[in-house]
Amino acid sequence: MRIKLHHPAREVELQGPKPVLSILSKLGLSREAHLVICNDALVTEDTVISDEDCIEIRPVISGG
Amino acid sequence: MKCRRCEKPAAIKMPRHNSAFCDLCFRDYLHKQVMKAISDQRMFEDGQPILVAVSGGKDSLVLWDILIKRGYPTVGLHLNLGIGEYSRISQAHVEKFARSRDLELIVQSYQDDYGLGVVDIAKETARPPCSACGTMKRHHFNRIAMEKGFAVVATGHNLDDEAARLLGNLLNWQIPYLKKQMPVLSDEGGKWARKVKPLYRLPEREIAAYAVLNQIDYIIEECPMSKGAKTFLYKEMLNRLEENSPGSKLQFYLGFLKERPSAFPQQIEAETQRCASCGQPCGGDLCGYCRLIQRVGAS
Ligand SMILES: [Zn+2]
Ligand SMILES: [Zn+2]
Repeated sequence: MRIKLHHPAREVELQGPKPVLSILSKLGLSREAHLVICNDALVTEDTVISDEDCIEIRPVISGG
Repeated sequence: MKCRRCEKPAAIKMPRHNSAFCDLCFRDYLHKQVMKAISDQRMFEDGQPILVAVSGGKDSLVLWDILIKRGYPTVGLHLNLGIGEYSRISQAHVEKFARSRDLELIVQSYQDDYGLGVVDIAKETARPPCSACGTMKRHHFNRIAMEKGFAVVATGHNLDDEAARLLGNLLNWQIPYLKKQMPVLSDEGGKWARKVKPLYRLPEREIAAYAVLNQIDYIIEECPMSKGAKTFLYKEMLNRLEENSPGSKLQFYLGFLKERPSAFPQQIEAETQRCASCGQPCGGDLCGYCRLIQRVGAS
């Protein structure tokens, strides 16, 4: 699967299928600090992302 | 995963409520949290127009969206800080949001006012950029609210912002700041606009989720000047606690709000001092903003 990341903007590849929660932990990203978007929709952490999917992992923390 | 209320597929899981919601139930939940904040803290009086400070980030645009949907009369205020591409994109997001909903928007640009952006102003005065930026924002919110006759200014500060600030204030034992850290800052006898933070009960993750679910386009990039700011570290720490025990952030901040009046009482000051130059409330002869601008002018 293709994964779009921010801060800095970049893309990484991971082998699917994988549930969202394990993708986050594999990339070392906090689930409290990120949202996962697949085809313009938010997906919950139990959603399984297949190898053909493209997802965006969006950080939600701002400097404030 | 299914919505706890209506059994439709869930869009977001919320461990702190041991719950998950679909798109519509989540929107309903989020609006209720904001309405609870507004009524618990008596933020607005009916019919009073609200000046909403909008940066182009998720928090302030979501705040504006909710206030409109709940029928509040609002006007947006955007300060263009003059931080290159970042400020240009931020303003574009705010303008797009206002235009597509036919909303009134005031835009003020530092570059036009001073010929300098906030970065240059901070440099001239050897202040850390985020601190100079905060001083300038406060001044302009006050000034524009007064000039245009707004009794209240709403900002998009969220639970993570407030909890991180509280942690920082406690770590450094900033007692004067602890005394004043509230979701409503009073208007000092009606002279200055009241500052309110209607999103103080909501973590950023839920606010960002609302933005995605309601097609609100916001600037995802961080302000280039905030790199390395302590806020990020505090937020990261608090999120580790939150993952371990869901609900800790809210408990931390709400507990503080409950204890603050007795733990950090505010002295009643006989009279607030006024800046000799601009008349805004301040600690000495000249306010922080006027000192900043004086130094920029001198160099
Ligand atoms: Zn539902
Ligand atoms: Zn002044």
